[in-house]
Amino acid sequence: MMPANTNDAGRDGRAVQAFEEFVTVMVGEQMFGLPIDRVHDVFIASSVTTVPLAPREIIGLLNLRGRVVTAMCLRRRLGLPDRTGAGQEMAVGLERAGESYGLLVDSVGEVMKLSADTHEPSPVHMDQAWVKLSRGVHRLEDKLLIILDVDAVLSFDVDARAA
Amino acid sequence: MDDLLREFLTETGEHLDTVDIELVRFEQDPNNETILRNIFRLVHTIKGTCGFLGLPRLEALAHAAETLMGKFRDGHPVTTEAVTLILATLDRIKEIVAELERTAAEPEGADQDLIGELENMANADPATLVTAAAAQKAEQEAEQEAEPAAETSPGIVYQELQRDLLPGEISLDELERAFLEAPGPDDPDPAETLDAPEPAAQAETVLAEVEAEAVPEPEPVPAAPSTAALPSATKAPTAVDAKESAKPAAQPAAEGGEGVAKVQTIRVNVDTLEHLMTMVSELVLTRNQLLEIARRHDDSGYKVPLQRLSHVTAELQEGVMKTRMQPIGTAWQKLPRVIRDLSSELNKKIDLVMQGADTELDRQVLEVIRDPLTHMIRNSADHGIESPEARRAAGKPERGVIRLNAYHEGGTITIEITDDGRGLNYEAISRKIIERGLASEAEVERMSEAQIAKYIFHAGFSTAAAVTAVSGRGVGMDVVKTNIELIGGTIEIRSEQGKGTAFTIKIPLTLAIVAALIVSASDQRFAIPQVAVLELVRVKNGSDHTIERINGSPVLRLRDRLLPIVPISKVLGLDGAEANPGDEGFVVVSQVGRQRFGILVDGVFHTEEIVVKPMSSKLRHIPLFSGNTILGDGAVVLIIDPNGVAKMVGTGSGDSQFGSEAVSEVEEVTDNETVTLLVFRGGGQSLKAVPLSLVTRLEEIDASKIEWVGGRPLIQYRGKLMPLVPADPEIVIRSDGAQALVVFSDGDRAMGLVVDEIVDIVDDVLDIELVADRSDLVGSAVVRGRATEIVNIVHYLPLAHEDWVASKASKAPKAQRTVLLVDDSSFFREMLTPVLKAAGYRVVTAAGTEEALALLNAERRIDAVVADVEMPGRNGFALIQAIRAQARLSRMPVIALSSGVTPDAIEQARKLDIAEFVAKFDRSGLVAALAETQTALGEAA
Repeated sequence: MMPANTNDAGRDGRAVQAFEEFVTVMVGEQMFGLPIDRVHDVFIASSVTTVPLAPREIIGLLNLRGRVVTAMCLRRRLGLPDRTGAGQEMAVGLERAGESYGLLVDSVGEVMKLSADTHEPSPVHMDQAWVKLSRGVHRLEDKLLIILDVDAVLSFDVDARAA
Repeated sequence: MDDLLREFLTETGEHLDTVDIELVRFEQDPNNETILRNIFRLVHTIKGTCGFLGLPRLEALAHAAETLMGKFRDGHPVTTEAVTLILATLDRIKEIVAELERTAAEPEGADQDLIGELENMANADPATLVTAAAAQKAEQEAEQEAEPAAETSPGIVYQELQRDLLPGEISLDELERAFLEAPGPDDPDPAETLDAPEPAAQAETVLAEVEAEAVPEPEPVPAAPSTAALPSATKAPTAVDAKESAKPAAQPAAEGGEGVAKVQTIRVNVDTLEHLMTMVSELVLTRNQLLEIARRHDDSGYKVPLQRLSHVTAELQEGVMKTRMQPIGTAWQKLPRVIRDLSSELNKKIDLVMQGADTELDRQVLEVIRDPLTHMIRNSADHGIESPEARRAAGKPERGVIRLNAYHEGGTITIEITDDGRGLNYEAISRKIIERGLASEAEVERMSEAQIAKYIFHAGFSTAAAVTAVSGRGVGMDVVKTNIELIGGTIEIRSEQGKGTAFTIKIPLTLAIVAALIVSASDQRFAIPQVAVLELVRVKNGSDHTIERINGSPVLRLRDRLLPIVPISKVLGLDGAEANPGDEGFVVVSQVGRQRFGILVDGVFHTEEIVVKPMSSKLRHIPLFSGNTILGDGAVVLIIDPNGVAKMVGTGSGDSQFGSEAVSEVEEVTDNETVTLLVFRGGGQSLKAVPLSLVTRLEEIDASKIEWVGGRPLIQYRGKLMPLVPADPEIVIRSDGAQALVVFSDGDRAMGLVVDEIVDIVDDVLDIELVADRSDLVGSAVVRGRATEIVNIVHYLPLAHEDWVASKASKAPKAQRTVLLVDDSSFFREMLTPVLKAAGYRVVTAAGTEEALALLNAERRIDAVVADVEMPGRNGFALIQAIRAQARLSRMPVIALSSGVTPDAIEQARKLDIAEFVAKFDRSGLVAALAETQTALGEAA
């Protein structure tokens, strides 16, 4: 399950077949990519049950075909302000350690097949909080695509926050 | 074949397969302690079980293999030869097991070759053992080594040594197995692992005295199968004797059954079940949506298939649920035997009292706690209960009592293990703590007894001086604790010196199904486990129940006692909690332990059977929630944990109460069916109740919306006018504020029964005492210890719609027909009789098949039979069959009442020429069906 994209660039010269597919999502003006093998589905997050006393990032719980899914807001996770204005909440279904998560994003875009050639490590001066959640950047023609580290996004120290 | 033996065979087969694989892995990676520990424990399990079942050959082999592996654990180099030898031993074990499976007896034969080799290898190079251990340890090891050497035949010596340890050992082994199977946190301090196998190391411990008393010459016991492994066997030191003693053990087992075959079961991955469950939940959800649509569109074409779908879904759901639930008693099965063996081994008199064996819990959870429980029971017998002499001296009865009690409490399953023995020896534990360097002397000085007690759960912490069955190879209470914590449980210990020790294990019901009360607070719904709910109280400013404040803390006067109130909106920090100080709503009176408190909520909806889903790991730190669930309408709802709320109220007092087990806690075992009742107050102070199954919904309406038409109250309800009827003439219908209603509907008619307040929803066995002179009551019954009037809804229906019953009555024939109503439940007989009477029939009732047949033969004028097909003993079908068998009655119209219609039942119904199947609560359906039978008869005539 470990996406090999980040390492392939650095490894020997066999970068030729190192294509990786990403589901792209938009948060504000920034485009992010999620390794496609981690994405289970994309759905509209409706009727979310809020959980009192929950960490800020957790929007609540929702029922996705009989499973209880923890809805996490990518904006809040990235320290961005909440979205103003209406619009459907799109969510990307992810899984970690046997638990289901829905990552709420502004919108979900296309699936991109990217070669390791365009991959670069995160710029040094990028916000440290973001660096921790990303696995580098892909240079696209017109914009930059930040690759999210799904495990890092989904794990945060609950106890530290609760204290 | 013995159940135990069968279980052993299944288990051992699995264990051997695992050991094979693991051993090979271990050979490649000899430094991997985890693998070694796994193998060691598996083999140990096999050995222990063999001893318990009286299988000396297997036991001797397993033991020799284990000894060698013990050496590996102590740092002995792992050689290919050694591993090959162990594998060869395993093969031999497999052969014997295969034979055992075929004949239920251990085959004849000697294993001295293998055992000898194993012994030799184990004793080969004792010098290497000394490496990590301190000099003192080396001495002890050397002693151990020396002992067997002194005896004649090394193989048998081990047998002999093991003998008096055996009966107790199995479950410890199983404990290890459970430990193993669970993805456990491993890697204890290597030093401790080394310490662990020392059998006779520390002298000054609690157990020293027990040992002294217990060890002297046990009385020889006649060689019953189980006693083959008992101390008497210690006197059979030669190989021949050992084999002979095995024979009596094996024979009874062989006599026991030709059917040596294993029980036909398949093992299903729990994930598969879980997936199935999810899918069924989804199906239920879809069905509910369909039902909702069908209700709106009055298209009868859907109705029948939809009802079928509904029944099938319900049954499917029940079936899937059932696959996961097991009564805790299955984990207790072995315990009486364990206690029996232990008491004869230790020369103690011990009674085991088990309560709540039918408490159901998730199979997965059950598996994990099975072995810790056995281990703890044995601990109590071994360490807790004193010898009869000591007990006499202490002024206690000679017989010690170990009590095992399981029950559901506030969203958890609680298991208590209590003994009335000597209690923990805090001094010995303190000494041990210091000795082990777990804490300094000064630190121990400052510790409370409770803190000291906790150290018994420390890895490798065994206070047992001499080796007893329990303290064998360094697996103990730490494993118990680990296992329980693994499934999110807690274990607490209370002990009073000289009085006893109590362990309380609380396990969250991760996947249990519970009845929960759905409540609302600040427009959000929550579920509260019904087990935690004692009663519901409506609070309102200016009414009898008003919330008062003591220095800002809300309290409620309830029956002359002050009840602390926790406003749920406030503790959850919900919006609007501050704006509305929230002194109105419902108080859910709960009890956790001995602490009573009230949870203030805004509204109460209904109770629902919910599937508890575990909380997301990101949210598990919030103490107020124990899980979440998906309700019938698809919404995710959080389950409030009353324990968490109790902690908000303040810490409960935990005084120990030994020897004063409240008699009232002993369960009353009743086979009676319970009925879910809605209890309400209406007119005067007396409580009234109506079966919840008859109620369509509970409503709280704005009293100002009540309209009066022609002097009769009405309300606009779901787009129609619904008449309101007071439950009692004394009730004054309010003109402002909220008015509680109980809504009944029948087809497209609905009626609101005006009540003063909804009190509670309870499950109780109904024992109705009938009242003759009041048509508004069926009778009175004691519900939850209080006299309650059971309301006869049929009385009210004509008050709401004059034509409700009359419309049907008009269809009734001029000449009264007689209907025989057969139902085992007096309650339903009483509920249905008025309905039928109102529809113009004469009604004769019978409580069972025999009575019905007698009546049919005596009473010639019966025109139709209405029978419940689900009756205990001879069921309805049997009755109908009997009716059809009589020529005179062969054309008697019969209507079957059933709460669930299966295809099977329909088929049977067709064969028996049953006119119609009617659901138990479908009153109008019943009347219509009866009318139809008459038409049919008329046409036929």
